[in-house]
Amino acid sequence: MAAATLSADRGTLGSFVARHSIGLFLSAIFIAPIFWTLLSSLKPPPPPWPTTGFSIENYVALDSFGAGLWHSAQNSIFVSVSSVLLTAVISLLAGYGFSRFTFPFKNLFFIMILSTIMIPFQSILTPIFLLLATFKLQNTLTGLVLVYVTLQLPFSIFMMRNAFDAVPKEIEEAARIDGARSVALLTRIMLPLVWPGLVTVALFAFLNTWNEFIAALVLMTDQEKFTLPIMMTAVQSGRFGAINWGAVQAGVTVMMIPCLILFLLLQRFYIRGLTAGAVK
Amino acid sequence: MSSTTPSAAASAPLRAARKGRPDRSQWIGLVYIAPAIALVTVFFVIPLGMTAWMSLHNWPLMGGHSFIGLDNYVAITKDTRFWNALKFTLYYTVIITIAIFAVAFPLALFVERPGRMTGFYRTSFFLPVVVGFASASLLWSWLLNVDSGLFSPAAYQLGLTPKKVNLIANFDTAFWSVIVMVVWKVAGFTMIILMTGLQSIPGDLTEAAKIDGANAWQRFTQITLPLMRRTLALALILSVAGSILAFDQFYIMLRGGPRNSTITAVYWIFNQSFVSFKLGYGAALSMVLLVILVVLSLIQLRLLRNPEGT
Repeated sequence: MAAATLSADRGTLGSFVARHSIGLFLSAIFIAPIFWTLLSSLKPPPPPWPTTGFSIENYVALDSFGAGLWHSAQNSIFVSVSSVLLTAVISLLAGYGFSRFTFPFKNLFFIMILSTIMIPFQSILTPIFLLLATFKLQNTLTGLVLVYVTLQLPFSIFMMRNAFDAVPKEIEEAARIDGARSVALLTRIMLPLVWPGLVTVALFAFLNTWNEFIAALVLMTDQEKFTLPIMMTAVQSGRFGAINWGAVQAGVTVMMIPCLILFLLLQRFYIRGLTAGAVK
Repeated sequence: MSSTTPSAAASAPLRAARKGRPDRSQWIGLVYIAPAIALVTVFFVIPLGMTAWMSLHNWPLMGGHSFIGLDNYVAITKDTRFWNALKFTLYYTVIITIAIFAVAFPLALFVERPGRMTGFYRTSFFLPVVVGFASASLLWSWLLNVDSGLFSPAAYQLGLTPKKVNLIANFDTAFWSVIVMVVWKVAGFTMIILMTGLQSIPGDLTEAAKIDGANAWQRFTQITLPLMRRTLALALILSVAGSILAFDQFYIMLRGGPRNSTITAVYWIFNQSFVSFKLGYGAALSMVLLVILVVLSLIQLRLLRNPEGT
């Protein structure tokens, strides 16, 4: 009896150690490149061992390229934040419209928006480029924002419609009897109830637009308008003379940090979006 | 579109009273969806139509364009570099999909059950997913750099290689470097999808099989895999669709090299449209890519709509 318990314990202890050694080892592999870059960006050269010293010269150096890192960072922040706000407002309205009203061609419009997800936007970049030129929006961050918001809409509207669908109709009717008008109803009564869905939409909009590459590469040809990924690729390709890898590390760190922080803070909203988008 | 809605909404009560059934006060919904419809129309539907239209033209960036019928498509059939790019893209898609599954499935099994530290493991494996493809590519292009990177200098200093090896100088090492990067970046995503699939399998099913004497491998192949058909199909399609559109990693890490051997389909279209400025020809190439992706999406819908079994 005692021997049996002991061997069982040893079994669980053995598998416990095995499981967590594997787990920690694998975690280290996945985190290492990120951690290594972070560390190296704060060290003076030479590579590859970031063991000695501390310096922010890599970050300072970045500002000497083209329009400068901080200028690109401002562009990126403007584009991402505007895209997040616009996406949130437009998908909130559309989600409400699709969930709570019946009107002609409702299903057709819904399918039209959702089906754009099937079509790779890479294949319509040329006309978008020409259209932006027609609207005098070529090489403007505003133009890029409008394109980004459009690309975010299928997922966002789908999410928001589901969020509104999950709110019982009785809540709305009760408020309506109390005399709340449509818009007040949406902002005062419904908004707090669909808030989690909106956070998910905003989070995805931020991550996607902050990291977007090919559209920004094609549409923003003026150095003044480069977003971070485009700016850093120009630095990495040696467009501004000899490649300063320390500066690349610093730039990559600046690009990664907001994504990592937002994800760690809002993890459950992220997973929620992932499973909602994936399972349904 | 949006200009017609206010008048419709204004006359709604009158009409609704007369006709009875279709409640036109509901049409206010059109106002709510109008901004979304406007954006999707201007920045998606119209460009889509323009792509089709432009593909029938000789359309340089400067100067006039001329209608040439299907000539661009005829040219595509003879464009060996495009077909090579497509071939390379498919090769990449097959290899990367296998690699991602080979890594993500064991990871999903590993983190499926809640337990001590499991949350930490899930988060660590998932972290690279939220880093953008461009950031990841820049990061790895540094790691792979022959002089200032990590792998070559480290291997050299540790005495593993007699001199610094340039990993991106020949096709095989360059290609597999990208594969490793993408697996690192994407495996966590596939892991989460597979994990939700695993968690949806009722526990008593595997328990019953265990009592009936089925071993772990039998339980996996006879119960787990069949019940995960939908999840597997989804993960597969997402991986395939994403890989066919691959661009960032090959552009940033390899610039299509060595000797243009890693040019993907999107990369080739990008080159034709925005480097050579053959906009009409680029549009025709885009249409080909678009058809491939739409066919894939339709297969996806079929696979996902069919219930388990069949």
